[in-house]
Amino acid sequence: MPGAIYAEGLVKTFGDVRALDGVDLDVPEGTVLGLLGPNGAGKTTTVRVLTTLLRPDSGRAVVAGIDVLAHPNEVRRSIGLSGQFAAVDEYLTGRENLQMVGQLYQMKAKAAKERAGELLDRFHLAEAADRPAKTYSGGMRRRLDLAAALVVSPPVMFMDEPTTGLDPRNRQELWEVIKELVAGGTTLLLTTQYLEEADHLAHDICVVDHGRVIARGTSDQLKARTGGERVEVVVREREMLTGAREVLGRYGAERAGGAGRGEVSVEEHTRMLTVPVTGGAKLLAEVIRDLDAVGVEIDDIGLRRPTLDDVFISLTGHAAEQEETEEDGAGGRQGGRGRKHRTKAAKSTEDAGASGSAEDAKEEAK
Amino acid sequence: MSTVTTGAPTRAPRPRGGVAQSLGDSLVVAKRNLIRMTRIPEMILFGVIQPVMFVVLFTYVFGGSMAIGGTLDPDVYRDFLMAGIFAQTVTFATAGSAAGIADDMQKGIIDRFRSLPMARGAVLTGRTVADLVQTSVTLVVLAVVALLVGWRTGSAEPTNAGKVLGGFALLLLLGYAFTWIGALIGLSVRTPEAATSGGIIWLFPVTFISNAFVDSDQMTPWLRHIAEWNPFSATVQACRELFGNPGVSTSDAWPMQHPVWASVIWSVLIIALFRTLAVRKYRSAAS
Repeated sequence: MPGAIYAEGLVKTFGDVRALDGVDLDVPEGTVLGLLGPNGAGKTTTVRVLTTLLRPDSGRAVVAGIDVLAHPNEVRRSIGLSGQFAAVDEYLTGRENLQMVGQLYQMKAKAAKERAGELLDRFHLAEAADRPAKTYSGGMRRRLDLAAALVVSPPVMFMDEPTTGLDPRNRQELWEVIKELVAGGTTLLLTTQYLEEADHLAHDICVVDHGRVIARGTSDQLKARTGGERVEVVVREREMLTGAREVLGRYGAERAGGAGRGEVSVEEHTRMLTVPVTGGAKLLAEVIRDLDAVGVEIDDIGLRRPTLDDVFISLTGHAAEQEETEEDGAGGRQGGRGRKHRTKAAKSTEDAGASGSAEDAKEEAK
Repeated sequence: MSTVTTGAPTRAPRPRGGVAQSLGDSLVVAKRNLIRMTRIPEMILFGVIQPVMFVVLFTYVFGGSMAIGGTLDPDVYRDFLMAGIFAQTVTFATAGSAAGIADDMQKGIIDRFRSLPMARGAVLTGRTVADLVQTSVTLVVLAVVALLVGWRTGSAEPTNAGKVLGGFALLLLLGYAFTWIGALIGLSVRTPEAATSGGIIWLFPVTFISNAFVDSDQMTPWLRHIAEWNPFSATVQACRELFGNPGVSTSDAWPMQHPVWASVIWSVLIIALFRTLAVRKYRSAAS
């Protein structure tokens, strides 16, 4: 039996661009699917097709058991949408926005009003409820946007980059809400550029590139595919990079099978070297001894498991930040929306937070 | 569990469908647009200032050099002019509709609406109805200004309150018809800026190649034919007749002979055509 969100062979072209080139998805009820991919990979286009906003050239889609192409209006009763598009009206107050959405979901005016009040309380917007949304901060606006998607607590939710541009605290808060929703039985499709977010929230992950799903599985499965642990070394002086590289190269080369994967990658400006290894903590001690022997001083050294970033790069051949283009090129109109995504495919959890808050500052300045 | 997930997820209520739902949804959207207008009062203000400026400029600059019915009397030109200015004002609402819808497209609000189980035409109907309310307000202000500069109904022929109100009704119908053209423009361009200019430039030939500001009987024959069959001219002619103002064309072109009918027919045709096109465009809008 197909899941709550099911797609088969979705194709959509815009002129010469094949935005979707045969996308297949199957999301079991009550789970979260993370759709991961660089800008222009087809994430947003996929969501737009599944939410009845865009007709695919070919393919089949079923959401909440309803055929999307045959009965779009039935699907609309069963979904909530939040994120990049599907905005709120900035001149209306938070309360007015939610009431309007409720009424357009065909709730009675009184019921819509009550529901708006509940959601405003839940999303800590009660105080700002009667101010135009224009005056809200980035985080508040995002919460209002999510609240709008939850007016009828729909069985299937779509979130397109829900936390892009949020500071770490707001992001954490949103994650909590999302987890709560899923615990309540909602099925969720989430697109994101924050690999950490997919890692944290999604049961399954689909990596999309050039309009195709190029990998799928749980976060652990994808990481296992990419390879085992790696040693990360930060040397004291830039001149020591060459020596360190030689030493690390020996360990990398020992890897069975993947000759290409044993390569040492060097980041000059951070003086960091990374090499995939096998052998765990014991090996780390050897590396330290060897580096010491050739006179390389170490600022930092560690053993780490591959992150989804590594998965991403190894699968797509480029980092999530690659192009700073508008999402998907799904029609020129989006170009005018001016929401640039300079999302850093951050190297670690901490970095992801930091780049997030910089992004937030930009967003708030607008 | 908190109030976010009150019980298990549920689908939205079943839509009523049909006219009741269309009407209900349109009103919700119209209310939203009217609230917006009150939050951006400068939009209403500029919408009023522009026609007031036209009234003053045309009355005092052109009055005295324009021959209407063989006289250069500025008072006659002023009374002749007002029907034209009123008609021009209601059609300029087109730009507002176009810009408003283009803005909603760009901001992603149209996408929000399109993802909701609402009546398909309601977003556009809600918009055009709200614009009609704004046009009415502008028209009232404009009529007061016209009275202040000396415009009077019944200045050439006797008339009555019913006829005068009928004239204003025709003006509003014309304005409403034109906002549907604006809706289509708004859905077709890429930015609100383009919608503003795209919503207005073509209105200059439409309103000037007409009987609005000059006596069309004096035009070169080919231009005169265009002016006489211009949908815009029919309403202007009808208003002059109903207001009892001077300068009613004596041409035997059908729309000039039966201006009230011509005005209604033109407006209804425009609504039928552009509403169909705009709603179709809305449904497929890939913003």
